[in-house]
Amino acid sequence: MRLSIPETEIMSPGHLACQGCGATLALRYALKSLGRDTILVIPACCWSIIDGPFPYSSAGVPVFHTAFETAASTASGVNAALEIKGVDNVSVLAWAGDGGTMDIGIQALSGAVERGENIIYVCYDNEGYMNTGIQRSSSTPRGALTATTPEKSPKKGPKKNMMEIMAAHKIPYTATANIAFPEDFIAKLKKAKAIKGPKFLQIISPCPIGWKFPTQLTVKIAKLSFETCVFPLYEIEYGRYNIKKPHRKKAVKEYIKHQGRFRHLSEDEIEEMQQEIDKEWEILLKKEKVNNAETT
Amino acid sequence: MKKVITGNHAVSFAAKSARVEVVAAYPITPQTEIVEKLSEMVASGQLKAKFINVESEHSAMAACIGASATGARSFTATSCQGLALMHEMLHWATGARLPVVMANVNRAMGPPWNIWSDQTDSLSQRDTGWLQFYCENNQEIYDTTVQLFKICEKVSLPGMIVLDAFYHSHTSEPVDIPDQSLIDGFLPRYNPEYKLDVKKPHAFGGLTSPEWYYELRYKIHKAALDAIDIIKEVGEEYGNITGRKYGLIEKYRVDDSEHLLITSGAISETAKDAIDILRKKKKNIGMVRIRTFRPFPKEDLKKILKKVNTVGVIDRNISFGNEGIFFQEIKSAIYNEKRRPAIYGFIAGLGGRDVTVDEIVKIAEDMPKRVYKKEIVWIGLKK
Repeated sequence: MRLSIPETEIMSPGHLACQGCGATLALRYALKSLGRDTILVIPACCWSIIDGPFPYSSAGVPVFHTAFETAASTASGVNAALEIKGVDNVSVLAWAGDGGTMDIGIQALSGAVERGENIIYVCYDNEGYMNTGIQRSSSTPRGALTATTPEKSPKKGPKKNMMEIMAAHKIPYTATANIAFPEDFIAKLKKAKAIKGPKFLQIISPCPIGWKFPTQLTVKIAKLSFETCVFPLYEIEYGRYNIKKPHRKKAVKEYIKHQGRFRHLSEDEIEEMQQEIDKEWEILLKKEKVNNAETT
Repeated sequence: MKKVITGNHAVSFAAKSARVEVVAAYPITPQTEIVEKLSEMVASGQLKAKFINVESEHSAMAACIGASATGARSFTATSCQGLALMHEMLHWATGARLPVVMANVNRAMGPPWNIWSDQTDSLSQRDTGWLQFYCENNQEIYDTTVQLFKICEKVSLPGMIVLDAFYHSHTSEPVDIPDQSLIDGFLPRYNPEYKLDVKKPHAFGGLTSPEWYYELRYKIHKAALDAIDIIKEVGEEYGNITGRKYGLIEKYRVDDSEHLLITSGAISETAKDAIDILRKKKKNIGMVRIRTFRPFPKEDLKKILKKVNTVGVIDRNISFGNEGIFFQEIKSAIYNEKRRPAIYGFIAGLGGRDVTVDEIVKIAEDMPKRVYKKEIVWIGLKK
């Protein structure tokens, strides 16, 4: 039998993640896909801790811990060193959270991809500053409660659309992924590895502590984010959109009902959220149509 | 081979002589020509290196750190605001024990905007663990840059060559550039024991508890102190191949001096002219130029300062609310000595204000008379 997920475990147990952590599954799958010839660059994020305290490391590949806003620039330096030394079989994987990607690190990321650096940048998106104790980031969805958007003042604006920002850089490959769909994620990373130039992936990684749901529901909630089109699964390869569509689109209510961060929302607010999701989904489908017509 | 080049290009040629492998840089006046020249050298194939056109100085240092951690000899150059923006990553390079080498062209911090010479930018990075070398002329800038790679790689610490805006950066002087074979013999390829290597996976810089962090800091401190002997050895070795030896300080007519001026950077050449004039007038005065700010040449200074009666320290920098930064450091170095001279601090030339031979002659003549009512004096301050 051919396994759909590589059997070899590169990441080891004994790491410091919280129970039910989506981000931990994300790296486990990423390393299964990319293999041992990978250098990891990790800025400040949950994974700065998860990897394990000195002198231990659970990643199983070389790791360079770097400052919050420098995942992409440090990875650029690693890549340059490999290139000048003629090493061409090693993937440079920048592995950052949503705060490190969409807030503090966006300048360095934009610079690196505009330069065409041959790096794979993965944002494991848990929609907030979870490592510092659940504060809002620009990836936190509208209406969510965090430690800095408390009940009387929930997150106001929409979640930042990082995929479109990256696509606007005209990079070869941009994709979303979901920890509930490991085969899809593994295949996307393999595709990314084979492409020379900057690659960006954003993988939704639910956080039981931050989103306030029971730890056994991580994968279920991740799956619901796809089924409700809250977090669509798609790739943009050389400008061409490829969207994975759910068989039957579920109501957003199904997704948020498990999560304490949305518990305060009124029926009207949930309806507004549904309308926003529907609108975004329609826009995405139209983008697929328009862009693919242009590129064929 | 002798070339007539600016201080900026002296840095570029030295980086080329050192066969740097990765350069990451962002433009800022008056540093820009350093990296323009290097990008030209890389583009034309004269220098086999990767040139990364980063989007900020913060990213320049991060990229140098990533490259150095992967085993490549890495270099950048900056100035002033750019150096301040890098501050976080300066600590990171030190903590990660990476021998990144950087040139900083001393320029005054804004606001108000000012592009001229002032040491406050680099001296504000005092506690980042970077070795700091202040140069007097373009030849020394070339020589120090080459030596710094060797020194930094021996102690696993980053290092900064500091040159003065315009007095060095845009002023041309003859500079001897040794044959590449001599430099290659002097400076072996960088091949660190620990680096990012998929065959030997290690994690660098992960969470470290108070149980070990303290010892790691001690090791950085010890490496910075070990650099004192290494700077002298490397300066000696470099002298053997080029005829130009270097130490932590330079002494100028100090042997029988009763009084002493202490300087750093480009002002030193002006001060030497002043000393020559004073010597002709039979004044018993000499000069010490501080070349290394970190490590600080405590022992060298103690030996000299115990033999003199008055010392004047000229600072092209200011620690607001206190005094000149070299002045503080020198006083602190000799505090526990039995015999201490009287010391005066002179603030001069901030933001590129010209410091003349006449001004230095005047303070050197006044200083032994103990005419100053305050411990620090601002030279040429408009009322």
